[in-house]
Amino acid sequence: MSRLLTAVVTTFVLLGLWQGYVWLSGIEPFLLPGPIAVIETLIARHELILRHLGTTAQEIVLGLLIGSALGVAAAILIHAIPAARRIGLPLLVISQAVPVFALAPLLVLWLGYGLWSKVAMAVLIIFFPVTTAFLDGLRRTEPGMLDLASIMSATLSPFRRTVALMLHVRIPAALPALASGLRVATGVAPIGAVVGEWVGSSAGLGYLMLHANGRMQIDLLFAALFVLALFSVLLWLSVDALLRRALPWQPDSFAR
Amino acid sequence: MGVLPGTSPEASADEGFGLALRGLSVAYGAHTILRDLSLDVPAGSTTCLLGPSGIGKSTLLRRVAGLIDGPGTVQATDGKPLAGRVALMGQGDGLLPWLNALDNVLLGSRLRGERADRDRGLAMLARVGLADAAASRPATLSGGMRQRVALARTLMEDCPLVLMDEPFSAVDALTRLRLQDLAAEMLAGRTVLMVTHDPWEAIRISHAITVMTGDPATISLTLEPDGQTPRAIDTDTARDHWRELMDALGEMA
Repeated sequence: MSRLLTAVVTTFVLLGLWQGYVWLSGIEPFLLPGPIAVIETLIARHELILRHLGTTAQEIVLGLLIGSALGVAAAILIHAIPAARRIGLPLLVISQAVPVFALAPLLVLWLGYGLWSKVAMAVLIIFFPVTTAFLDGLRRTEPGMLDLASIMSATLSPFRRTVALMLHVRIPAALPALASGLRVATGVAPIGAVVGEWVGSSAGLGYLMLHANGRMQIDLLFAALFVLALFSVLLWLSVDALLRRALPWQPDSFAR
Repeated sequence: MGVLPGTSPEASADEGFGLALRGLSVAYGAHTILRDLSLDVPAGSTTCLLGPSGIGKSTLLRRVAGLIDGPGTVQATDGKPLAGRVALMGQGDGLLPWLNALDNVLLGSRLRGERADRDRGLAMLARVGLADAAASRPATLSGGMRQRVALARTLMEDCPLVLMDEPFSAVDALTRLRLQDLAAEMLAGRTVLMVTHDPWEAIRISHAITVMTGDPATISLTLEPDGQTPRAIDTDTARDHWRELMDALGEMA
């Protein structure tokens, strides 16, 4: 309760300072509107903002689902198949070395102004943290567990044995690592979608912000930014809660 | 104690076999851990490999289990392949933290894609005194309870040969004594090769004790204490054995 109180008080103090500066300095509202003006715009234009949020949310969620699925599949392939490891590992690093922002115009060119170029951006940005985190988890299975499971499955063919160890030991043991990757992915997914919208789109909060900026409607820009941030935080908290429920056996503690 | 399917000494004695280890060598990089080591493990009894930490006891056990390769042969005295007839109980409990106690006991059949015999799994847990803990995850169990689940899982595999790698080293002294009693009782009739650094443990539960010393490790003494296991350790004979074992271990220093 006291933590909530601290957060509320901090927020109001910061907003008060912001509003006080706007009042005292007499700065033009098209350069910096006060929080009261932003809230008024948020209420007055909520339909517009929510419509654009719908587009952006769709891009983020689709990007998360597709990016995570690809990351999981890539990690398993890289772990299980030596050839995939030799080709996949360098590709993985290169994919992250190329700035995703530089690829955005290309993706818009190839996939069009619509949803999919933004989903692709989100996928590109999510893929790396998910793959590396899950791959790390798969590589760090406790040797004792593997010894035991290898002996128990000694009568299986080598292929079936590898599959059985993967399904029953390695993958479940790597799920906490995957969860870490998914948390990072959920945090960065909105960046991908919004950058995609900036480069070329006709809908979404990123588009709305750019549009408002160009027309000096800074109050609308701030309102859209606020909604985007709120959505991102809520999304992260839901994913975090979901992951913790899904992995109840994972030790979970903060510093005491 | 009731007789359960596949757990009676008679059933395992039928298919019991010993081990003949011949000329085993293992090296990690430039470091030779075992060189040309030979050992006979008699059928249906418990053989202890005693040696200081880091001597290569676990390595020998892993070589016997087929987890590592190397020169030399590991053969069953009945001439059949070992695969599928070996159970391992390791240093840690090796329990999978995401499975409850019962599912951990049933891990072997899950891995092999067989139908899991839940009733037998529950009976195994009951035999180690953990009938009530079937649905508990390992994290909620004490160290001693976890080792008992591991023992139940080992017995569930119902293999004539059981390899044990310091299975009770992580629990307190009293729990260790109880677990040794339980293991000696439940593994009676099987061929057991157990690794330990604790002379008392070896005296307590083994029919034959083999001391490993040196670098690369060689066998410096083989001792066969008399009488039934688990043996009392507060007797003069046990103390004599202890002194003899300690002398043999001390030669390496």
